[in-house]
Amino acid sequence: MGMVLGVLTAVAQGAATDADLVAARAQMALSLGWHIVLACFGVGMPAITLLAEWRGLRTGDVHYRLLARRWARTMGVLFAVGAVSGTILSFEMGLLWPGLMGTYGEVIGLPFAMEGIAFFIEAIFLGIYLYAWDRLSPRAHLLAGVPIVVAGVVSAFFVVAANAWMQQPTGFRLDGGRITEVAPWAAMFNPATPPQTVHMILAAFMVAGFGMASVYAVAMLRGSRGRYHRLGLLLPFTVAAIVTPVQVGVGDWAAHFVADNQPVKLAAMEAVLETRRGVPLHLGGVVVDGELRYALEIPYGLSLLAHWDPNAEITGLSEVPPADRPPINPVHWAFQIMVGLGLALLALSAWAAVSRRRRRDPTRSSWFLRATAVSGVAAVLAMEAGWVVTEVGRQPWIVYGRMRTAEAVNPAPGLVYGFALVTLVYVVLTVATVYVLRRMVRDKPVPIAPQERDVSGYEVV
Amino acid sequence: MTVPLPEITLAVMWLGLTAYVLFGGADFGGGVWDLLAGGARTGHRARDLIEHSIGPVWEANHVWLIFVVVVMWTGIPSVFAAVASTLYIPLTLAALGIIARGSAFAFRKASTELWQRRLFGAAFAFSSVATPFFLGTVAGALASRRVPPGIARGELVTSWVNPTSLLAGALAVGTAAYLAAVYLTRDAQRAGEDGLAGYFRARALACGLVVGVLSAAGLLVLRADAPVLFAELTAGRALPLLVLSVGAGLASLVLLWRRAYLAVRVTAALAVTGLLWGWGVGQYPELLPGVTVREAAATGSVLAATLGALAVGAVLLLPSLWWLYATFQRDRTPH
Ligand code: HDD
Ligand code: HEM
Ligand code: HEM
Repeated sequence: MGMVLGVLTAVAQGAATDADLVAARAQMALSLGWHIVLACFGVGMPAITLLAEWRGLRTGDVHYRLLARRWARTMGVLFAVGAVSGTILSFEMGLLWPGLMGTYGEVIGLPFAMEGIAFFIEAIFLGIYLYAWDRLSPRAHLLAGVPIVVAGVVSAFFVVAANAWMQQPTGFRLDGGRITEVAPWAAMFNPATPPQTVHMILAAFMVAGFGMASVYAVAMLRGSRGRYHRLGLLLPFTVAAIVTPVQVGVGDWAAHFVADNQPVKLAAMEAVLETRRGVPLHLGGVVVDGELRYALEIPYGLSLLAHWDPNAEITGLSEVPPADRPPINPVHWAFQIMVGLGLALLALSAWAAVSRRRRRDPTRSSWFLRATAVSGVAAVLAMEAGWVVTEVGRQPWIVYGRMRTAEAVNPAPGLVYGFALVTLVYVVLTVATVYVLRRMVRDKPVPIAPQERDVSGYEVV
Repeated sequence: MTVPLPEITLAVMWLGLTAYVLFGGADFGGGVWDLLAGGARTGHRARDLIEHSIGPVWEANHVWLIFVVVVMWTGIPSVFAAVASTLYIPLTLAALGIIARGSAFAFRKASTELWQRRLFGAAFAFSSVATPFFLGTVAGALASRRVPPGIARGELVTSWVNPTSLLAGALAVGTAAYLAAVYLTRDAQRAGEDGLAGYFRARALACGLVVGVLSAAGLLVLRADAPVLFAELTAGRALPLLVLSVGAGLASLVLLWRRAYLAVRVTAALAVTGLLWGWGVGQYPELLPGVTVREAAATGSVLAATLGALAVGAVLLLPSLWWLYATFQRDRTPH
């Protein structure tokens, strides 16, 4: 009887057990964190591939054409895995967070509906681009790739606009727990949408660009120093290197936005415990027993950076009751990791720029190759860390200031087992994806229609 | 007169569901025939045909499912929450099946060695059976009124392990296999593979009979398990659709027998469409026990904006889709 009552109270408050809530959050984080890597390639890779195909057409250089085919083939695999991992997410929005979707589904529905259209366009033209390489004229084929690029960028915009709404919920009226009025366009273009969407789209180009460049950097370190590998490194690297300085500026915009609109999140990012003026910037450090230890302090740094005023007041975490505070250490560390890696990638981009200025080839330096070889992983880490800042920093709210994560979760028992199963599937999926991609690197020759490799009767190069 | 936005939204969602069953369903069916094609040597030609027919289009076909899910949470959010929370077990299993199927299909294409192709092929084929089955049990749970409104208020297991759900699951697998076999006969014929066309014709005939018997059995199960829906289907508004489905099903068998492979595509699709819309019309206006479309629908501004966006999207989509299918249905001329 006591147990039944216990379960009933737990159900009334949210998940069947605390472990179920933790499992649901972990499952969401795992699936999103996995999907986003693929999504970044889905946004960035088509543009870079088209660039190579276009250069190949213009210059007649066979290396560009080979690169475009290679990349197209890889895209075929990455898109398939990205599409299925994205489908799981749309299921999970309901399976794990029915409280969120039942109440607010209609408020964030519009961007998702438009994203659905973008996915269609993307999938349709991807089918044509990959499988009709030999059936279209080179120009028509190049043009068939353009909608993929547009749809990829646009779908990133829509889905991040939905997430931005969870940070700055606007455009609706709630009466007695029921939505009574919605302004769908106002919800979509909420104040957090501009900085978040721009920052994410640029991140996608950095992940794709540095990621592709690292593959060729590894190959060059292993001794393949031909023109094919050099171009394979330089083309995506250049795209990423152009985006990086812009991204650092946009990151600053995002940080100012958080400082003004989500002060509690900023306090967690910077490990500010008490509200004060003239707050220093904390580098590193851990919060133990309500106190920041081992941090390097730059006097007035934070006040200056966040509000352009050395004496500006910064809200501390103690302003809000403990139940409303996000976990400090993960947010603080994730922020440091993102900024640190962003600055490191900026330095790498500057290195390449300076050496080109001096009419030197950066790829002749093996230190440059080593740094480029890890730049892909660094970009992914920066991007994941950014999401930890955004999402963990929003806790305990799922809709900032409106609905707690614990109110949104599915109260059905057994989510823990679902999480275990999903984790297992993702481990297998990761191993298989990495294995297949590595095998594909070794495949030669490259067929004309990248997906028709197993068909006899097609031209190969 | 006010525009009936909730009904239009529901109809648009049902159109999306129909497209998913007709196109995406057939892709699952291809996987079923892949599973049944026998050993690596003997089944290799059938498997090649399946792979070539599905390859360029499956991702676009798959998006219909996402479309349905998104329109559902936007248009009838509380129903989406009730369905997803009560039926989270079959939906999680279906989701995992979707992961296994899509990625294994792409991986198999990219692999060269036989053991890899076998491994990925097996994952692709098994998940092609499991996924429509679990999705079918979800349909059965809704048809037999086992998902009450509210969050996770229904039985977690018996809501989808019950006579209607099991039958709907089997019917979903059967329908998928049937549609695939019908489409593949024509694909084989166009590729000049008359032997394969005959192979799939025999399977389409057999499978059509099985689906017909399953549907008849389904009606009996409905009579006991979902009497309201049964009454609508056999004597009410939905009767014309049931008649259409049965008629088109019988016509398909005749056309298959006479090797009219192009015409049978239309009648087979009609038979399945009749079944789906018969269910929809039979259950309307109730979505969940005691909850009508009007009660569950999102606010008018959301429905109007979403329908408007979808209409604009359709203007972009329909020509693109047409180009996709036309490109790959044209006779191929390899160099
Ligand atoms: C390659 C990836 C990358 C790089 C180099 C940076 N970021 Fe970032 N950042 C992201 C990728 C990212 C992200 C993953 O895309 C996030 C998560 C949510 C979002 O909109 O962007 C993000 C979020 C994010 C947020 C939280 C926004 C919110 O909670 O609403 C802030 C304050 C910054 N970033 C600031 C910066 C600064 C000051 C950088 C300077 C170096 C920086 N980012 C580099
Ligand atoms: C793709 C990049 C994203 C990543 C890597 C990411 C990461 C995370 C992480 C780490 C959590 C767990 C937070 C915690 O429990 O402490 C989380 C939760 C969540 N995120 Fe995101 N997120 C991303 C984008 C999005 C987007 C675009 C949406 C919705 C439109 C979204 C919706 C959610 C929801 C509903 C939860 C669960 C509730 C919660 O814990 O707040 N996320 N995400
Ligand atoms: C920042 C976060 C996200 C970005 C930038 C993003 C972007 C993308 C892109 C570009 C694709 C298609 C490309 C590919 O398949 O590789 C994709 C696929 C998909 N995404 Fe995401 N996504 C994000 C998060 C989410 C979330 C939170 C959801 C679910 C609610 C979601 C649902 C989907 C679905 C259903 C697909 C499959 C569509 C298809 O078949 O192509 N995504 N995503």
